[in-house]
Amino acid sequence: MRVTLHQDKCVASGQCVLAAQEVFDQRDEDGVAVLLDDNPPAEAHDDVRHAAAVCPALAITLAES
Amino acid sequence: MTDTLTDTASDTGPEPGYPIDRSPRCPFSPPAGLRELQATAPLRKVRLWNGSAAWLVTRYEELRALAGDPRISSDILRPGFPQVSLGSLERARRQTSFLVMDDPAHARLRRMVTGPFAVKRIQAMRPEIQRLVDELIDTMLAGPSPADLVREFALPLPSLVICHLLGVPYADHAFFQRNSAALLNRNSADRATEAQRILTDYLDGLIGEKLARPADDLLSALATEQVATGLLERRDLTAIAILLLVAGHETTANMIALGTLALLRHPDQLDALRATDDPARIAAAVEELLRQLTVVQTGLRRVALEDIEIGDQMIRAGEAVILAIDAANHDAAVFSEPDRLDLGRDARHHVAFGYGVHQCLGQQLARVELQVVYGTLYRRVPTLRLAGDPAELPYKHDSIVYGVHELPVAW
Repeated sequence: MRVTLHQDKCVASGQCVLAAQEVFDQRDEDGVAVLLDDNPPAEAHDDVRHAAAVCPALAITLAES
Repeated sequence: MTDTLTDTASDTGPEPGYPIDRSPRCPFSPPAGLRELQATAPLRKVRLWNGSAAWLVTRYEELRALAGDPRISSDILRPGFPQVSLGSLERARRQTSFLVMDDPAHARLRRMVTGPFAVKRIQAMRPEIQRLVDELIDTMLAGPSPADLVREFALPLPSLVICHLLGVPYADHAFFQRNSAALLNRNSADRATEAQRILTDYLDGLIGEKLARPADDLLSALATEQVATGLLERRDLTAIAILLLVAGHETTANMIALGTLALLRHPDQLDALRATDDPARIAAAVEELLRQLTVVQTGLRRVALEDIEIGDQMIRAGEAVILAIDAANHDAAVFSEPDRLDLGRDARHHVAFGYGVHQCLGQQLARVELQVVYGTLYRRVPTLRLAGDPAELPYKHDSIVYGVHELPVAW
């Protein structure tokens, strides 16, 4: 799985961090999401899919292999 | 041909009025009339208070598609925008926050305030929120029973928390709580406009104090880093301050009181919640109560910028659109048996905080407050019960945010 985060779209809702803390974090100054791991391990895939599904700004795209 | 699409609108007869009151017999679910529309005409024109028409969107999938669609505007000043009440346009002409602006202005202003609401910074506030919850419960238990849970607990907690975060003196709580409630009332335009003026004067004065003597709080940071440097107009900060103060306590307060009422009316669910101290189960309970109760009851208001074809309908450029998040959170296609309160279900994809770029920026704060409240109150007060007839409770039918004005409880 390849994860792409579009920071320009992010509205800092924090939904991705709530869903997958190992894969997403937020910038301290404005809460914009930060991608920690663009190729997360298999056990994180469900959480990352959930993060992408609930992102209100459609800022996370996934390429599943 | 597209005219036919609009005109046949899957139904005949006059447009139903919106919003619709919830039934006192079914206070935890969206109004029956809304569910009917969802089942028979999920994209339907409705008639608003001023006689204007708006498309009402009641199904989850279409609601999310439209809420995330850049061809939809949140600009309250744009012609065709479905005003929520008499006076709301006049108030918006005087003052608007980024809640009712489009990008790029919205994004620029929103990002100035999102930092302190990030997940980890809110998580760091949990011990302080726990301390406040414990203190409020101590005080309530030391007083007479029965008591009004709204006044003793549900309203003070989020007010204390947002005051602390913004740097608003809690000593002024009776004043700003009264005016916040007035601002959200749909049926009293003059009083709402007066409340806007009063809160504007109050917060503008407070911003002046923060500029002169900055403290360690969000309003001081915004005043010194954004206003003093010319990046933000002082009047825009006042609008932001009103938004955060009002949204920061009214919504959560209603979730605390209405959530408690819902749990007291569903003792099996309350017992299960009381029996656990597992943070994951408490968090799941919060999401389910957010979904079930969806206290924002007048929909997300939008206006189409272009023609949008959706479902079997055509929304024309300039037409008003209302996204009924309460109905969408009870869409059986997404949440099975949607009217059943089931604290064990996975409800994390609800839209109680909205959807799209305007999704609630304080949602992580609301979550932590509710997790601490629901995880503490019923364990510390195991005999908590309703002191009165549930059918007689004063429900907030005339407010943008649903809830109860009072909740008499005994223990």
